[in-house]
Amino acid sequence: MSTFVQVLLNGTGRGAIYALLALGFVVIYKSTEVINFAHGSLALFGGYIVFALKPTLGWFGAALCGVVAAAALGVLIERVLLANAKLAHQDSLAILTIGVDIIILTEVTRRLGTASAPFLGDPYQDVRVGFLGATIEGPELFALLTAVVLIGGFFVAFRFSTWGLTMRAQSENKEAAALMGIRSWRVTASAWALGGALAAIAILFIATLPVAGGAGLTAAHTIAFAAFPAAILGGLTSPGGAVVGGLVVGLAESSAAQYIDNDFAKVAVYLVMLVVLVARPSGLFGKVEQVRV
Amino acid sequence: MSDATSAEAPGPQPDGHVGMPAVHPRRSRLRWLGWGALAVVLFLVPIYLPGQYLIVSTWVMTGAVGAMGLTMLIGQAGQLSLAHSFFLLVGGVSYTVLSSDGTDGFVGLGLPTALSLVLAVVISALVGAAFAPVSGRLRGIYLGVASLSLVFLGWWLARVLPSIAGSTSSGRYADDLNLFGFDFGEKSPTLAILGVPIGQNERLFWLYAALTLIAYLVARGAVDGRVGRAWRAVRDNEAAATVMGVSVVRQKATAFAVSGAYAGLAGVMVVWWYDGLLKPDEAVDSGTYSTAVAIAYLAMVVIGGLGSLGGAIVGAAVVFGTPLIIPLLSQGDSTAVLSSGGTAFSPVVITYLAYGALVVLIVLFEPGGFAAIGRRIAGRFTRG
Repeated sequence: MSTFVQVLLNGTGRGAIYALLALGFVVIYKSTEVINFAHGSLALFGGYIVFALKPTLGWFGAALCGVVAAAALGVLIERVLLANAKLAHQDSLAILTIGVDIIILTEVTRRLGTASAPFLGDPYQDVRVGFLGATIEGPELFALLTAVVLIGGFFVAFRFSTWGLTMRAQSENKEAAALMGIRSWRVTASAWALGGALAAIAILFIATLPVAGGAGLTAAHTIAFAAFPAAILGGLTSPGGAVVGGLVVGLAESSAAQYIDNDFAKVAVYLVMLVVLVARPSGLFGKVEQVRV
Repeated sequence: MSDATSAEAPGPQPDGHVGMPAVHPRRSRLRWLGWGALAVVLFLVPIYLPGQYLIVSTWVMTGAVGAMGLTMLIGQAGQLSLAHSFFLLVGGVSYTVLSSDGTDGFVGLGLPTALSLVLAVVISALVGAAFAPVSGRLRGIYLGVASLSLVFLGWWLARVLPSIAGSTSSGRYADDLNLFGFDFGEKSPTLAILGVPIGQNERLFWLYAALTLIAYLVARGAVDGRVGRAWRAVRDNEAAATVMGVSVVRQKATAFAVSGAYAGLAGVMVVWWYDGLLKPDEAVDSGTYSTAVAIAYLAMVVIGGLGSLGGAIVGAAVVFGTPLIIPLLSQGDSTAVLSSGGTAFSPVVITYLAYGALVVLIVLFEPGGFAAIGRRIAGRFTRG
């Protein structure tokens, strides 16, 4: 029983991290129809900034800078690269973000070098809370709390604020939204900023001993990769689906790690996604694409 | 070799263009003359080129064969795939299991190597076709991420089945290709041309050049023929293709089978290139059959121009050739290897940065890749 509770706790904690990443991913997709393969690199970039500034600014200041930097990088990618390729097919733009991902990943990995693995979870790294005979690790607990607050805040803003209205309008119909006076570039840039910020917040929980293991920040890009199946199986057009997808991925991973082995956990995530996609080709909550002949 | 084989790249590469006009007899004679000249050049290259450069060019040809398969799948049939490294693994493992005899606790059938090669390619094609239940239902980016799951699956299977794929620490060995008593790995029978001993590197170069050439001609035939037309119909509009009587599911399966076969052949070439060593990866994101390789192949076909066979060869030269050629060119010249703050710009880092940037620039400025640039240059000459 306590093993099962442990699996649930680990799964939910990691699921919260994936949900943060996947939500940013989906927001970017909704506003620009671009699959952002550089999402893991946005996170890694934010993490690197935190790592670099931590000795001078302290954890909190560095974390703030990292989040802002990742958001700025997101806006930069959107404004400098994607906004200049409006005519390109969305699959080409996805490939473009793969190029961006390769560049950022290579450069950050090179800068990190082979030195000792950096960890970013200073305030909650050593926290442990007992719960029904199981323990929840600090990073996972704080990830869960942060995710509840941020994701809750996002849905409120998405539903009730003007920003949320413009974003929903634009994803519904870009031309009509533009004719209604919605400034398209503001919507897309804010979506990329939000995606970058959420990714950088997620990295604060990934680059910790319980989540990334001994490799710390250097393993973060690979872990963040699990946000893709999360977003895809939830349905790329649905923010709610991203949260569900994140939890499904987290639970699949933790139960596979517990009952089979750690290597299979990485595969299980993708197998779950494959099964969902075969049953529902647009994900659990995704909008089925209408094709006009 | 990139120079020798890419010589045919700037020729017309019909992308959306269907049906070629009948070739004038004189032009067809010229074309045969061209192929003959190419064969002679490829035959002579190993005699004049030093061994290290042969190693680079055989690696590039490995990439070229794989990239041709992927460019047909993505560029011609319009199916995004990030699973190419998985099919490399399938080909390599199949060849190793079929050709080696089962000693040291490994599974092996001990078949003749040439037969094993053919069967390995066939098995890879069948695995590609078996992906049909997924590839038939999904499209675009969903298919891309779904295919990525194959790489993870292959990585895990190779790890848990060391008797088939070898252990991650020491791997297992496969036999060299032995064609009618001529061994392509060892020096039996010994051979010397113009006083140059023909060793392993020279033999592999001939073998790889021949395989690349065959792969190119087969792909050319597929792209220019009925299969290619069906693929482009599916790529351009699935519903319209169905209306015209093209079975979308079957064409997608065919495309995955063909691209799987090419990747399988490339996988066997990878095993030969490593002197017969087959070794599964430690991590899923770095190694011979990892997601990084899947993305490298994607970069090749994007850089070369989606759908262009000649472009795929150029892309392979850029992506696979650069990390090997930089150390050769900068040999003994310490200033050529930049360093900053203790973490050096190694050739691999430089290559990654370069092809990342190339992918971005090509999508932004020249979506047709090097193939389009080549076409434009060729057009300038032919039109005066």
